[in-house]
Amino acid sequence: MIKVTIDGITVEVEQGSTILEAAKVAGVEIPTLCYLKDVTPEASCRMCMVEIEGMPKLVTACSFPAADGNVVHTRTERVVKARRGVLELLMSNHKTDCFSCPQNGMCKLQDLCFEYGVKDVPFEGVEKAIDDSNKFFTYDPNLCILCHRCVNTCQKRTCRGSIDTTQRGFKSVISPAFGMDWADSNCESCGNCVQACPTGALTMKKQKTYRHWDVEKVLTTCPHCATGCQYYVYVKDNRVVDVEAADGPSNRGLLCVKGRSASFDFAQCDERITTPLIKDRETGEFREAGWDEALDLVASKFTELKKTYGGQALAGFACSRSTNEDIYMLQKMTRVAFESNNTDNCARV
Amino acid sequence: MITIEQLQEIKEKNQDIVNFRKEHGERGNGKYRSHVLVCAGTGCTSSGSQKIADKLEEEIKAAGLEEEVCVIRTGCHGLCALGPVMIIYPEAAFYSNMELEHVPEIVSEHLVKGNVVTKYLYQETVTEDGIISMNQTNFYKPQNRVALRNCGVINPECINEYIGTGGYQALAKVLTTMSREDVVKCITDSGLRGRGGGGFPTGKKWQFAMGGEPGVQKYVCCNADEGDPGAFMDRSVLEGDPHVVFEAMAIAGYVIGANQGYIYVRAEYPIAVDRLNIALAQAREYGVLGDNIFGTGFSFDIDLRLGAGAFVCGEETALMTSIEGNRGEPRPRPPFPAVKGLFGQPTILNNVETWANIPQIILKGADWFAGMGTEKSRGTKVFALGGKINNVGLVEIPMGTTLREVVENIGGGIPNGKKFKAAQTGGPSGGCISLENYDVPIDYDNLVSIGSMMGSGGLIVMDEDDCMVDIAKFFLEFTVDESCGKCTPCRIGTKRLLELLNKITDGKAEMEDLDRMVELCNLIKENSLCALGQTAPNPVLSTYKYFKDEYIAHVKDKKCPAGKCKNLVSYHIDAEKCIGCGLCKKNCPGDAITGEKKQPHEIDTAKCLKCGVCMTKCKKDAIYKA
Ligand SMILES: Cc1cc2nc3c(=O)[nH]c(=O)nc-3n(C[C@H](O)[C@H](O)[C@H](O)COP(=O)(O)O)c2cc1C
Ligand code: SF4
Ligand code: SF4
Ligand code: SF4
Ligand code: FES
Repeated sequence: MIKVTIDGITVEVEQGSTILEAAKVAGVEIPTLCYLKDVTPEASCRMCMVEIEGMPKLVTACSFPAADGNVVHTRTERVVKARRGVLELLMSNHKTDCFSCPQNGMCKLQDLCFEYGVKDVPFEGVEKAIDDSNKFFTYDPNLCILCHRCVNTCQKRTCRGSIDTTQRGFKSVISPAFGMDWADSNCESCGNCVQACPTGALTMKKQKTYRHWDVEKVLTTCPHCATGCQYYVYVKDNRVVDVEAADGPSNRGLLCVKGRSASFDFAQCDERITTPLIKDRETGEFREAGWDEALDLVASKFTELKKTYGGQALAGFACSRSTNEDIYMLQKMTRVAFESNNTDNCARV
Repeated sequence: MITIEQLQEIKEKNQDIVNFRKEHGERGNGKYRSHVLVCAGTGCTSSGSQKIADKLEEEIKAAGLEEEVCVIRTGCHGLCALGPVMIIYPEAAFYSNMELEHVPEIVSEHLVKGNVVTKYLYQETVTEDGIISMNQTNFYKPQNRVALRNCGVINPECINEYIGTGGYQALAKVLTTMSREDVVKCITDSGLRGRGGGGFPTGKKWQFAMGGEPGVQKYVCCNADEGDPGAFMDRSVLEGDPHVVFEAMAIAGYVIGANQGYIYVRAEYPIAVDRLNIALAQAREYGVLGDNIFGTGFSFDIDLRLGAGAFVCGEETALMTSIEGNRGEPRPRPPFPAVKGLFGQPTILNNVETWANIPQIILKGADWFAGMGTEKSRGTKVFALGGKINNVGLVEIPMGTTLREVVENIGGGIPNGKKFKAAQTGGPSGGCISLENYDVPIDYDNLVSIGSMMGSGGLIVMDEDDCMVDIAKFFLEFTVDESCGKCTPCRIGTKRLLELLNKITDGKAEMEDLDRMVELCNLIKENSLCALGQTAPNPVLSTYKYFKDEYIAHVKDKKCPAGKCKNLVSYHIDAEKCIGCGLCKKNCPGDAITGEKKQPHEIDTAKCLKCGVCMTKCKKDAIYKA
């Protein structure tokens, strides 16, 4: 363990901790933009600059290993000047159209500019083409600060490696290989990159249907498969409008395309079937039926089958999208009512 | 695999051949009475030296001399502007600006009859008392070739010639008589500092990588990405003496405990890549690379990796990221490569020229090397002279030589009798040295203290016609293009800085813009991730420091004192001097000049494209810029 003093607060941290990690222990907040937890530090945004006594240069807290006895200052005039300079540069190449930006209010860049009093930086950049090809999200390079959180997420967390910087220097943009459209790439549309984006550069198309202060966030489990990813559903006017991955034990802040974009729209879909349907043998058409009628029909058919062929002829398979309780009940029914041990769940495969 | 005894045999067999190739060289047991060394470096190759060598071989054969005269294609001699060049021994006759048509005469006169064809020689080598060797010329005399010692002397595609010059002796010495600590001590004591730009002490760097658990995979890398505009010293070494790099890397491998090396070489150096590949195959065949070298149990091999043409890939961490197969972007340090480098393993990286010094230091001793140069910068440094200078080319001079000596003596002064204004060292990372520092000994620390840096050794001379704001802009354009774009200050800051400079050279800037400029420079310098960004403002800051009045002239008076910045100059015709010949009018691409024959002409400044053609055409000096 080593001792580090940050803004006057001395803490003990493990050898090899970064200044940022030590600051966290000390309860001191250091602003970051590119920092992505658990991934090799990128140290590219240069927001987290701090001053260490005895060192001539400012260092990036996210990447710099703390040494025993370090005395760190995170708010000196020099530090604030550097951070403001960085923000001003970022803003000089950022289209400030916050009113119509879906990220408004959730944008880390906006928050930091507010905190550091950065304003009135004219947009001098050249407008770059927006990539709207993906069905679920949009990339607007004019809002991108090239923090590479999306890239590092895709490469090192979802391990898909679909995107990277293309071009170089001032012309850099984020895109799939060779600048192809997002839709044509090997991207799975999981949207983890979108969630990692601190600005409005990568946004879910769904974000246009709500403002974040209108929604209530409810922690739940994704119903799509048996992995059990944790996420927050965003509820607006009693409808689910979006989801955000939570840091659950099985998903660690990630989701798949189904979980993020295909697991709740049906719940409030007008075409959703809400009553049982029974097929008319004569016409071949389905007709609406009551629950009792439908369940009686199914029960009678199963009883008949069991009588004719024995319980071993029956099996019960639960869908992995069911809850544990439902799956339990199904196997119970199979064993007790069907008298069969042929029971399973598709999540096993 | 050859043994040390076999190495000695090869050396003995070949040393006469290579020793013959110097002034008053002894032929000894060498087979040929005459050696024709044709430069096959990139410069001379592009001016046609390979065809000349072919023709020579053809004519020599026709004259029946192929058993007496050999043609050797060597690496670069340094005086590229005079190419194609060729030296014939034993006379040490230095032929320059060779043309295919000269070949038959040279063969029949010089090689058959023994009469040097003086009219084709480099004229500085022709004196009243006969010819002198090129080593006696102003260009070569102050030079001391250590890193370049074999360039232009040996056939780089023949390992025997390298061995003949004492090649691989240092490796043999290290492997059989020195401990790892001895070697590091020798390199440290020699005072050798990295020639790739930063000037980090090489011995210290190696020492950092020596520690750690035994058996840990480590790597040795060679930085042959040479990206500074105008610099080509590393290319010359690779093209002229590739084995020296292998030998030095193997020595380092022994010291730090690495068995694998990588040479990261730019793909734009096709000749160097070819020669490296040929040399690699020969070194492996002889077993001076590979398993169990000289039977000592030490194994070391080298692979090439081709760079794809990004300047930033010369930065050490970007280079390693690129070798790993990723987009070449720098990564934050610490961790330093000595701890966590290539593939996350302890790694040392040195520049080609740094490597080229190592075997000599091992053989001749630390004191020999430390005896050259200045207190804190030992040895020699290769510079690529360019810009407004008569002798454009490559020179290797002891550290501590003054700029005056380089420009006026070695460089042969400035063309057209113009006045020296400044010299830029260190390429896009460096700065300008003005007349006031003309006599400062050039070494790492002096250059930094006057706001420039050594860099890889580019040295560009500027005369009174050069506008310093324009020069700063030139270098900044390069950095803006070459910034990898990873970090904010460099990606956006350099672009904004360039916009400010454009504003200045367009005559649209206010005095406050100069303050903004300096502030932005400091922001970029202090906050960028890698040295590309950290040094990118140097050309601006140093020109601003030494030529502030020029900046102010652009801003306040809206004038470019050197007359370079197009938007601040206009062309006029002096009616007194104009004789109305109409030459200017005829050549003006913008139809901007009017005037009757024999009457004074006039330039319509609105139509003028400011190309300056009229000025070069006028025989009466009637056209002036204002
Ligand atoms: C932008 C940039 C470009 C560089 N390009 C080169 C290069 O082309 N060749 C080189 O040897 N070093 C280059 N360097 C320096 C290397 O990072 C490194 O310091 C050097 O290769 C170490 O070798 P040395 O200690 O032998 O000089 C560059 C550095 C930067 C920041
Ligand atoms: S949606 Fe998923 S797969 Fe596609 S780029 Fe983003 S992180 Fe990668
Ligand atoms: S898209 Fe977002 S996460 Fe990706 S680099 Fe741009 S700002 Fe960063
Ligand atoms: S300083 Fe420039 S070249 Fe270096 S990492 Fe930053 S953007 Fe890339
Ligand atoms: S958070 Fe440290 S540099 Fe971006």
